[in-house]
Amino acid sequence: MNNINRRRILRGMLNGAAVTVALPYLECFLNSNGTALASGAPVPIRFGTWFWGLGMTKQIFTPTKVGADYDLPEQIASWKDIKQHVNLYSNMNVSTDGRPVPCHYTGWVSVMTGEAPLNGSSYPRESIDVTVADAIGTTTRFRSMQLAATANPRSTHSFRSTEAVNPPEVSVSELYQKIFGPEFQDPNSPSFTPDVRIKTRKSVLSGVMEQSADFRRTLGKADQARLDEYFTATRELESRLALQLEKPDPAPACKVPAAANKELPVGIESELLITRHNLMTDFLVMALACNQTRVFNMMYSDATAVTTRKGFAKVHHTITHEEPYDVKLGYQTEASWFVTRSMESFAYFVKALAKFKEGDATLLDRSLVFGYSDLSLAQAHSLVGIPMMTAGSAGGRLKTGIHFDGKGAPVTRVGLTVQQALGLQTAEWGQNSMRTSQAIGEVLV
Amino acid sequence: MKSKFVWLACTVGLVLASATAIAQQKSETQPAAARARLITQPQYVNTLRAIFGPNVKYPSALAPMNRVGGLVEIGASAAVVTGGALDRFDNGARSIAKDVFDPSHREYLMPCRPASEMKPDDACARKFFAQVGRLLFRRALTEKELKAYTDIAHASAVSLGDFYSGMSATLSGMLVAPEFIYVAPATEVVRGHSQLTANAKAVRLSMLLWNSYPDSELLTAAENGSLNTDKGLVKQVDRLLASPRLADGVRNFFADMLIFESFETLAKDAKIYPSFTTQVTNDSKEQTLRTIVSHLVDENLDYRDIFTTRKTFLTNDLAAVYGVAINDPDRWVPYEFPANSRRGGLLTQISFLALYSHPGRSSPTRRGRAIREIFLCQKVPDPPPNVDFSAIENPDPTIKTARARLTAHSANPVCAGCHKITDPIGLALESFDGAGSYRADENGAVIDTSGKLNDASFVDATGLEKALHDNPSTPSCLVQRMTSYALGRQVGADDASLLSDVNSKFAASGYRVKDLLRVIAMDKTFYAAPLIDNKPTVEKADAGTSKVGSKS
Repeated sequence: MNNINRRRILRGMLNGAAVTVALPYLECFLNSNGTALASGAPVPIRFGTWFWGLGMTKQIFTPTKVGADYDLPEQIASWKDIKQHVNLYSNMNVSTDGRPVPCHYTGWVSVMTGEAPLNGSSYPRESIDVTVADAIGTTTRFRSMQLAATANPRSTHSFRSTEAVNPPEVSVSELYQKIFGPEFQDPNSPSFTPDVRIKTRKSVLSGVMEQSADFRRTLGKADQARLDEYFTATRELESRLALQLEKPDPAPACKVPAAANKELPVGIESELLITRHNLMTDFLVMALACNQTRVFNMMYSDATAVTTRKGFAKVHHTITHEEPYDVKLGYQTEASWFVTRSMESFAYFVKALAKFKEGDATLLDRSLVFGYSDLSLAQAHSLVGIPMMTAGSAGGRLKTGIHFDGKGAPVTRVGLTVQQALGLQTAEWGQNSMRTSQAIGEVLV
Repeated sequence: MKSKFVWLACTVGLVLASATAIAQQKSETQPAAARARLITQPQYVNTLRAIFGPNVKYPSALAPMNRVGGLVEIGASAAVVTGGALDRFDNGARSIAKDVFDPSHREYLMPCRPASEMKPDDACARKFFAQVGRLLFRRALTEKELKAYTDIAHASAVSLGDFYSGMSATLSGMLVAPEFIYVAPATEVVRGHSQLTANAKAVRLSMLLWNSYPDSELLTAAENGSLNTDKGLVKQVDRLLASPRLADGVRNFFADMLIFESFETLAKDAKIYPSFTTQVTNDSKEQTLRTIVSHLVDENLDYRDIFTTRKTFLTNDLAAVYGVAINDPDRWVPYEFPANSRRGGLLTQISFLALYSHPGRSSPTRRGRAIREIFLCQKVPDPPPNVDFSAIENPDPTIKTARARLTAHSANPVCAGCHKITDPIGLALESFDGAGSYRADENGAVIDTSGKLNDASFVDATGLEKALHDNPSTPSCLVQRMTSYALGRQVGADDASLLSDVNSKFAASGYRVKDLLRVIAMDKTFYAAPLIDNKPTVEKADAGTSKVGSKS
């Protein structure tokens, strides 16, 4: 949109004559307060999800105060500096309509798709990030980016169907290479020359795909449908290559970070997990600032989080089931330790976006981060009161700093609100008894 | 005593279905027949290594696929290439293609030299694509395709100003083409009878035995019609079985069946298990695969003996964990545990013990479940939801062993249902901790490793392995898995007679896996045309001309 407009303008200025040209910076194209491009089009909004497994402990997680300036109980005390940016949605439920409830699965699948899954090995429909990426992710180099701080190549909540799953980046150094490796084009480089190798790749890909049309005709219907997914992916790759043949939009906040020095070891011992998460977060922030993607998923832990704590024999998941309640406190203190670490990491993530200046605003101001877990009380696999958050105002379309008490409403109200805040024309969302047309008016602007 | 172990019921499940029941169960969610398979990571590497040789680097980072019916190979029949998955293919393709045309490799990989390295050379390009394209697409390229790829290479060489760069760009395109990464079971109708095309037969055969696309000789046998004769088929099956590449096929099948992709994320708590290093992790996986290949392929011995054999291979790092000494500290060496050793058989290898444990402790339940599901094809179903944990009680500090903990909670019938299935066999391995090291006691208490597998009683891990060895479900489970693997789909009620026949022949062979592979490879069912929805087929009036038709 603004992309094309500006490029069109530039082509007009140059009469299509030059291929190497110096371009002015983004500020020239912003209006005076930096909230919109001079052309009137809004600056791009980013959307991403942030998942942690095994829920929370209600009595030390959920604020007692509803509305603005909510209190910060123990497990979210780390939100001190970010709570003005964060909405917390409590007391919102998943309804399964009598479907089986595979533990550590139904909750997050319902939050991400708006529908309870039929079993523990399938997805009922596409995940919300895919819906959003189809709307806002088509003009960047990567339609979306999946990151797994778990380092598990199967940690992902991003999918178009059960079989069409978006694989995550699991290595910090490979993530860096993917974003800032040899194919990265610095949007602030004063000159631009289309890379003949990329041009060649694009023509080769088109030529090869032309040959492959015959192959499709030899397949049965089900396989043709699978192949269509493949062709969609190929067209995405072609579009990406086409984009790389044009001068990228200037992005003054974009600065190529130093490469990751060394690979982190495998494993999800808590400190290692946090280190990996933070490094991935820092690269993601710059990927967003450099217009490499507008949609992302961060898997901080898996639903059955097997995060370990140095020297402790049991993993987080096991602890939630085996640890007795502290007699005085009335909750599981060891399990809580992991939740508190998770929320500190969420705070790190939000802060990383909030402290990043982009014109007059911050990256977080122009983002919407949707945080969620798979259940509330892990010990009971409870789907009642699944904790969810949003951070950022999506370019001013969402009020922030509010604790919303859902009073037993379906979790889908948050998913619907997120989509509307991002400008999607979604009037209703969710299936069966979780279908809703009620976005949360208390937070929508 | 109410159970706080109810969660284990949730982790483990309640009901146990027998292998027979699974075999007889008609799956409604599975396709009636094999569909196009997406190439798996090992097939990708095996195939390209066979074409371009061992000196080219083959990146190993394709997107993971779902595991269906106990095998990733079945998941490949439903796998879809998303944008992220295509990126992995594309990155790999460019890296491999670049390496193939690197000056150090192209000298021997190219069948010709261009007239000028700075310009296109259509004749030379065409020669390369004809040769390599046939191996990638598993059939001779059509004239139209050959011309198209030659033209692409020509245009690329012009724009890049370099013949080899143009070739590399074109090859990287072919390596992401659906004709390469998808294997569709092409069929033909011969005298009214639908069957796989000879080329598709060649592919199925070589995927089963080598876990790779066919080599030139096998394709030639398909192209000249000899593969469609009994004599020609026997000749090729014998050749493939005798090849060193059979080890690739057997290795991949067992790595798939044993869920060895879990090693990618296996890590232990460094404080609790300081000796379990990354090197030990990698070596333990390799040890098991080496043991299996040596036992089943090189020695051609009884499959059931992999649960009892004391012969294995060790590195220095592994030897340290096992507490034994080996002669050569720098490489893999054959090793035989002594007759009175507690080790012997796959279940007492570090790989199995560590993989089915927690990061900081052992898990009789996980180990027991793995034995049931992997080696006996029994399903330990998914757990019940919304279990009531209100009765959770404080742990008893006098409880020191896993057995005591599990026994303490067996009063709860919800827990007991599953734990009776998994724990008695898992507890037999409690002499080995979560990293697979031997331990004489647990928290100072004597470890009781006795138990029962069905009617077979035992007192320790060796006894459990003997019981597994003697269990009739052990070989029939392998038959079920191997047949599913071969067909790329879960076997069901329609395959009962095939399974029965293969089981008998496997038993008659003395449970030799090479014979099992031969039985499957020679069975006409293996090459039957799959029932595919609205699948267009190539109709053959006879062995001569063909035309495209449509079967509704």
